[in-house]
Amino acid sequence: MTLLFNMIGIVSDNWLLLLVGQFPNGPLGGIAATLILSILGIALAFPLSVAMALARLSPWPVLRWPATALVYVVRGVPLLLIILWVYFLLPLLIGESVPGFVTMLATLVIYEGAFLSEIVRAGITALPRGQMDAARALGHSHLGAMRYVILPQALFNMIPSIISQFVSTIKETTLGYIINVPELTFAAGQINNRLLTKPFEVYFILAIIYFVVCWTLTKLASTLERRIAVRRARSMDGAAAPALAAASRT
Amino acid sequence: MKGFDLMAILLNPEFSRMLVHGVKMTFIIFAGSWLLAMSLGITLLAIRMLPGRIADALVEAYVAYHRNVPTLVQLMLWYFGVSSLLPERLQVWLSDQNGEAIFAVIALGLCQAAYFSEDHRSGLRAVPKGQWEAARALGHSYLGAMTYILLPQAVRNAMPALVNHTVSLFKNSSLAMAIGVTELTHAVKEVENQSFRAFETYLIATVFYLVCSLLLMWLGYYFERRSRMAGAL
Repeated sequence: MTLLFNMIGIVSDNWLLLLVGQFPNGPLGGIAATLILSILGIALAFPLSVAMALARLSPWPVLRWPATALVYVVRGVPLLLIILWVYFLLPLLIGESVPGFVTMLATLVIYEGAFLSEIVRAGITALPRGQMDAARALGHSHLGAMRYVILPQALFNMIPSIISQFVSTIKETTLGYIINVPELTFAAGQINNRLLTKPFEVYFILAIIYFVVCWTLTKLASTLERRIAVRRARSMDGAAAPALAAASRT
Repeated sequence: MKGFDLMAILLNPEFSRMLVHGVKMTFIIFAGSWLLAMSLGITLLAIRMLPGRIADALVEAYVAYHRNVPTLVQLMLWYFGVSSLLPERLQVWLSDQNGEAIFAVIALGLCQAAYFSEDHRSGLRAVPKGQWEAARALGHSYLGAMTYILLPQAVRNAMPALVNHTVSLFKNSSLAMAIGVTELTHAVKEVENQSFRAFETYLIATVFYLVCSLLLMWLGYYFERRSRMAGAL
């Protein structure tokens, strides 16, 4: 019981810090920074991931090999190590010091770009082969067929996976804490340092906030997934459609 | 900037000692949390298959919590939060026993158990219902049918997902540095601070993590191929 009262007290004393950090007297932080970082991260990673997926599926080895190698390297190394790399290399490349927010954003773009590109690739290869063949037979070039026939269908089918990846991105922004990016986890750390005596309450509040945000998005993704499966099944003709829709529901 | 010199790190006894210790800790954290996650994941699946809604809902809540809260936050909640609720003598004892590592294993293991149990569950769901009916018709008991007919097929179905999550557990072991475990990423930062050779140090760690991840993926692929049934799709 006292635990619950403590938690309510901590939230009512610190809700502004949890929401926007020290803004407007300092940098934007808290939930706002977490969400902005995730949205920007996934928005910038998306075009990169489409380009990488196309490169991995392209008929030209010059494009295929480097893209494949990049995806394997990024997927095989902890995010924390990639943060360290970006933290060290980005200032060298640009020639001036880089704020933590930008370091974290650049890391997320690289990391999410690689993971999203696997999703995009899976979405493309999941389309029936006939789509590509038909598009080519109609006179489209490889790129034209991708642009007008394959990608619009594949990207639509991928919307739920992209939302799931957005949830992962939100969870990954917590690592910004390690290089002192003022996001939600950082704000909780500040509160904990000030109170000193209630670490369990502070970190439990933090967990609940993340849970509420991510769980809502996860639910949204699975609802969309069901709808898209039904719609896809409907757009197919023949007797297979109801069966497919039923299969996707279970 | 100094020229590239990998040997300045590798041949330095102090630095190489720190890195080797880091690798050792990384393996300990990984192995410990993997074993915890795997056994707990299977237990969760078994609980979920009990008749009745309550057990099912509890496991579902467990899985939802661990999948929607960032792993770093789970680590911090255990290390800073839960440990502070323990009796003082236990706290002292834990800090003598390398408490950071113990809490890292607990937090990472509990978190990954949620993923493993979901993998096993979807593997089990993918086994055709007829297999169960046939096994029972042949006279197998519930446990017999599970052990000999259903679970072997379920694990085979779940293999690719289990391998993926094993690799991500291996990579997540690096998060333990945030609560002060002296694993590889921690060692890398220390060596970099002392040697001022970030490029070389990061390169060594990157190659290590990459080789281990690829090795895990390859092992998974190998077992998956070896366990494939004759005539299976």
